[in-house]
Amino acid sequence: MATEILMPALSPTMEEGTLAKWLVKEGDTVNSGDILAEIETDKATMEFEAVDEGIVGKILIDEGSEGVKVNTPIAILVEEGESVEDAVASAPAAGGEAPAAEAPAEPAPTVAAAAAPAAPEVDDSPDYPEGTEVVSQTVREALRDAMAEEMRGSEDVFVMGEEVAEYEGAYKITQGLLDEFGAKRVIDTPITEHGFAGIATGAAFGGLRPIVEFMTFNFAMQAIDQIINSAAKTLYMSGGQMGAPMVFRGPNGAAARVGAQHSQDYAAWYMQIPGLKVAMPYSAADAKGLLKSAIRDPNPVIFLENEILYGKSFDVPKLDDYTVPFGKAKIWRKGDDVTIVSFGIGMTYALQAADKLAEDGINAEVIDLRTLRPMDLPTVIKSVMKTNRLVTVEEGWPQGSVGSYIASEVMQQAFDYLDAPVVTCTGKDVPMPYAANLEKHALITTDEVIEAVKQVTYR
Amino acid sequence: MAARKSAQKSNVSAEELTTYYREMLLIRRFEEKAGQLYGMGLIGGFCHLYIGQEAVVVGLEAAAEDGDKRVTSYRDHGHMLACGMDPDGVMAELTGREGGYSKGKGGSMHMFSKEKHFYGGHGIVGAQVPLGAGLAFSDKYKGNDRVTFTYFGDGAANQGQVYETYNMAQLWDLPVVFVIENNQYAMGTSVQRSTKSPALWKRGEAYGIAGEEVDGMNVLAVKEAGERAVAHCRAGKGPYILEVKTYRYRGHSMSDPAKYRTREEVQKMREERDPIEQVREMLLTGKHATEEDLKAIDKEIKDIVNKSADFAKESPEPALEELWTDIYADDIPQKSA
Repeated sequence: MATEILMPALSPTMEEGTLAKWLVKEGDTVNSGDILAEIETDKATMEFEAVDEGIVGKILIDEGSEGVKVNTPIAILVEEGESVEDAVASAPAAGGEAPAAEAPAEPAPTVAAAAAPAAPEVDDSPDYPEGTEVVSQTVREALRDAMAEEMRGSEDVFVMGEEVAEYEGAYKITQGLLDEFGAKRVIDTPITEHGFAGIATGAAFGGLRPIVEFMTFNFAMQAIDQIINSAAKTLYMSGGQMGAPMVFRGPNGAAARVGAQHSQDYAAWYMQIPGLKVAMPYSAADAKGLLKSAIRDPNPVIFLENEILYGKSFDVPKLDDYTVPFGKAKIWRKGDDVTIVSFGIGMTYALQAADKLAEDGINAEVIDLRTLRPMDLPTVIKSVMKTNRLVTVEEGWPQGSVGSYIASEVMQQAFDYLDAPVVTCTGKDVPMPYAANLEKHALITTDEVIEAVKQVTYR
Repeated sequence: MAARKSAQKSNVSAEELTTYYREMLLIRRFEEKAGQLYGMGLIGGFCHLYIGQEAVVVGLEAAAEDGDKRVTSYRDHGHMLACGMDPDGVMAELTGREGGYSKGKGGSMHMFSKEKHFYGGHGIVGAQVPLGAGLAFSDKYKGNDRVTFTYFGDGAANQGQVYETYNMAQLWDLPVVFVIENNQYAMGTSVQRSTKSPALWKRGEAYGIAGEEVDGMNVLAVKEAGERAVAHCRAGKGPYILEVKTYRYRGHSMSDPAKYRTREEVQKMREERDPIEQVREMLLTGKHATEEDLKAIDKEIKDIVNKSADFAKESPEPALEELWTDIYADDIPQKSA
């Protein structure tokens, strides 16, 4: 049977090309792999090879022809003994193998109704029953307990990172774990973030539940390709067959006087990635409850801690298995005059500002997002519907900040409820300086939060 | 360990030879068909063909056992066919259809099969190397004796994460076979133009990893080397490197004008070293098969490949809802979902 040779697409973007030169003539026998023609694409001149074997029965497009559309028949290949005329008659109609029709256009997005939305449904149940016994613990101890409890619960959980075992953690978060679980499950790595992030991701593909400690998230930039391209995207790329249930954790953001390369807040970076979950706890109870949830989560989780918070003490419920769900914000302080939304160490400034504002008769509602992806926007929207004013607080840079995202969502979902433009308090738009006075100015301060609240309340 | 000479006179049964012939031919015909479908616009984006390199995966799969794992880069069609994945599902993924291994969401470079222990299909050069060591880590952690074949090219061999991985794989005795498929060109840059230490397998020596160079156009030589590597790993001796010298006949991807090498160089390789022709010769001169027998195999393979192309054309495009699935392993609301 005759075969039509079609004008090939030779690049992802090629729609037409020039048939520069024929290297065979009618009557020639060709084998698969033989060069038939030279074709000029938008990028280069390419040699076009035969796939099938046969005899060149007829050349349909002369050399030198420009603008030959992809899939146009350019020649007919016949079998031995077959005449060209028969072949032309029997060859499938041009375009018979054209690609499938394009998917129908998606319906145009419906324009949001102008009417003000109803208050969203919000889960405001307490994290633990009233009357539960609490103990005072540092964030550091809470994180260690979370890991230890989950390692006791599943053999598949292990922790890996620089200085996590014998040194017991650069910030002593893994203190005691080597003693209890041994070197098989508490693994010191060489200083090689890209490599061990990839090995841990492979181990997660293989069915384990790795906890990767980065000495700080600044060093995770060496590993970010593995975190995003391998850990976050594989579930989708595999059509749901395999993913990476694992935790990447470590201190994030500024510590004190460690300069530009050790003082960056990555919240907004990781929050942007579909496939990742992102937690950034403030209190010890949340650090514990969220880390336990993160270790059990079937997805890759970015767990952003803070060096300055490690030593701070909070009440932690004395429960055998205390977890905090992702996507549920916590209201630390009720108020009617303004909503302050923050997370992680930003909560320190938010709560201090709220205390001082109360002295001036301004009652702020302070919301701790706790997780940034999923993000509990309903709790924020509901609060804004009550207070009509919003200030966000974070340590990261202003452009593309977490606050910018919240402001945009609130503007879209509760525009009619806003009595003032949203103010986003962030770190300054500069690399972190070393000098003590400059560093202080680069960071967000309680006074700036107070000023922002006065701005939105027109005081 | 020195490079070994390829085994011309190894003990191999007619049945084995026929199997290798059939498996290599399947890859070649499948890839030719994929090239054809690309030319017709049915396959989009990047498409990297494996033609010329067939003996590498067929030889190494002959050394593998059930439960062994494999992971590779984006030139992955051959690896998938060699480990027993269904040609229909692979071709339908290339055309971006619902019947593809990733439901059309991965494409040529990102395909997986949990059932066949094929862990991708990775599009970032070199990133699969630590992933492969991590798979081996999981087997060692679980205490079984499975081995992971981690394939990468001569181009990836210059990525830093490969050496980070070598260091840890040897430190922790991970059962991983690093297979460097040296086809001599990283896209358009020859090995000679990218390094002054072209014996890539020897780079493992710096980390104490054993290795050897292998004739990658000879499927029997590849299989024998693979067996040595696997035995080393299963015995708990840690990783092993195979630098398999091979050659790709086609461009780096479909849109490669191939100006970095001569037509004659390619032609010489095809005529003198072709891995399929070598086995064909062995079968015929050893009187293990007749021309007729081989023609029957050719036809059988052609039918499988044509069927896969038909399936890949007929399988519907994924439903629009698929856009929003498989992002998380549990249900979390997606923006705009």
